[in-house]
Amino acid sequence: MKRKTILVILAGLVLVSLLVSAAGCPAKTESQYPLHDPMVRFKIATTTSLYDTGLWYHLEPIFEELANVEMDIIYAGTGIALEYGRRGDVDAIIVHDRAREDMFLADGYGINRRNFAYNFFLIAGPESDPAGITGSTASEAFEKLYNAGLNDPDTVKFVSRGDDSGTHAKEKLIWSQAGFDYEEIRNSGKWYVEAGKGMGPTLLMANEMQAYVMADISTFLAYNLKSGLDIVSLVEEDPIFLNVYAAIAINPETHSKARIDIANRFINWLISAEVQDIISTYGEAEYGRPLFFPIAGCDMPGCPPVEDYTLPVPEYTGS
Amino acid sequence: MTELWEGLVTAVKLIISLDPEVMQIAGRSLAISATSSAIAALICLPLGAVIHFNRFPGKRTLINIIQTLFSLPTVAVGLFVFVMFSSAGPLGGFGIMFSPAVMVVGQVVLIIPLMLGLIISALSATDKAITDTAVSLGASGFQMSVITFREARFGVLAGLIMGFGRAISEVGLSLMVGGNIRGFTRTITTAISLETSKGDLELALALGMILIFIALVINIGLNRIQQR
Repeated sequence: MKRKTILVILAGLVLVSLLVSAAGCPAKTESQYPLHDPMVRFKIATTTSLYDTGLWYHLEPIFEELANVEMDIIYAGTGIALEYGRRGDVDAIIVHDRAREDMFLADGYGINRRNFAYNFFLIAGPESDPAGITGSTASEAFEKLYNAGLNDPDTVKFVSRGDDSGTHAKEKLIWSQAGFDYEEIRNSGKWYVEAGKGMGPTLLMANEMQAYVMADISTFLAYNLKSGLDIVSLVEEDPIFLNVYAAIAINPETHSKARIDIANRFINWLISAEVQDIISTYGEAEYGRPLFFPIAGCDMPGCPPVEDYTLPVPEYTGS
Repeated sequence: MTELWEGLVTAVKLIISLDPEVMQIAGRSLAISATSSAIAALICLPLGAVIHFNRFPGKRTLINIIQTLFSLPTVAVGLFVFVMFSSAGPLGGFGIMFSPAVMVVGQVVLIIPLMLGLIISALSATDKAITDTAVSLGASGFQMSVITFREARFGVLAGLIMGFGRAISEVGLSLMVGGNIRGFTRTITTAISLETSKGDLELALALGMILIFIALVINIGLNRIQQR
């Protein structure tokens, strides 16, 4: 009888020791990623393309050292990033959908938007191009995809992000430019596939299905190098493909816990010469061309006004 | 197939070389799930006893509800915990969103029904004659519980371990409320999900193997205890 009691106690001890190891774990964390001030956690939600291309892995340690904070980067499309911002769960957001950004700012959730990088979208698809979109403009290509997809949904498929992200918003914009009602498109048949995933995973899915997909060039290049995509870029260089990334601080008057000082510092750092330089060369060695462009080079229609990236955000003094 | 094989080879190398990132993620997973299992156990052991040893109206219904909640979807718990603990939510004041703490809370909520249900059924499976004898020999209520728990220890222990297993293997909840932040809230399952979606199968496979290894060790441990 006594031995059995000991066994029960033993089992309890196992749990307790596991608990102790739980308490001891943060110490181990420090040795791997040098922690700065682990108590100061600066949270940002970032659009998936900047994460999937590895840019944040590159920038994160530099800012952590500079500001002596622990940066927590949450992978989230623009739609969910804005929602985290509205709820005050993060301190800053990185998004790319001008229209919804404007609304976010107007509703008082965010302040100090600055654009810091841009690139372009493209439409990729199987090399045989069964829908024949090569050489089309963006809206022509979408129209052809719609017609071919309805006709032969087994050969022509389009994989949409379907996650309310910035890329998804741009896709909807192109559908409306091509004269379609988006609700009609997404219910028009099995040729139209909604992935509900980030940019990289959506690309891989389209690749598996030999389907058409709209992606930003950077993620496309990064995944093409890493995973050897079978789908190729078919439509590029339409003005509507311009894709501008913005950083927005969460308004501390809406969410008192938002770390506005760090967020401001972070945004000013993103538009500083140091980071702009990094952006202008990031990926060049691996891909033969940079993945993103520094915002100052943006001079086509649809580019943000100059003060949106040259004017440093003012120090927050409260109100 | 070659991809899978190469992935496995790399995975084994990552494990043997004690790759710091792999070890760190595995350690964090263990720590978070062990903490939530311990907390859930502290709640479920006394609560299970209270439910088992008392007669009250609706007891059957309560047990039915608990058993129904065995299959509580992890994403539903994730959504619930997100709404509660998000800054704008009623418990937002804790400020633990996107941290290991909120993952522990979620896992505790997730596994309590499972642990509780299994503890109650383990207790119910004990021979009634033992408690009757104990009572007839003048045992107090507490002494009687101790005796019953001792009789039911294998079942109870299995319940605790089942709870731990559910906690360490779930992914939806951890992803939703933890945010899969590198070096902070990334666990084995969220890392597998991320690495697979990135097409980096080696790390994902290595972590999957570690997860299975953990399950194996725990099962061997449980068997040992049961065989003694």
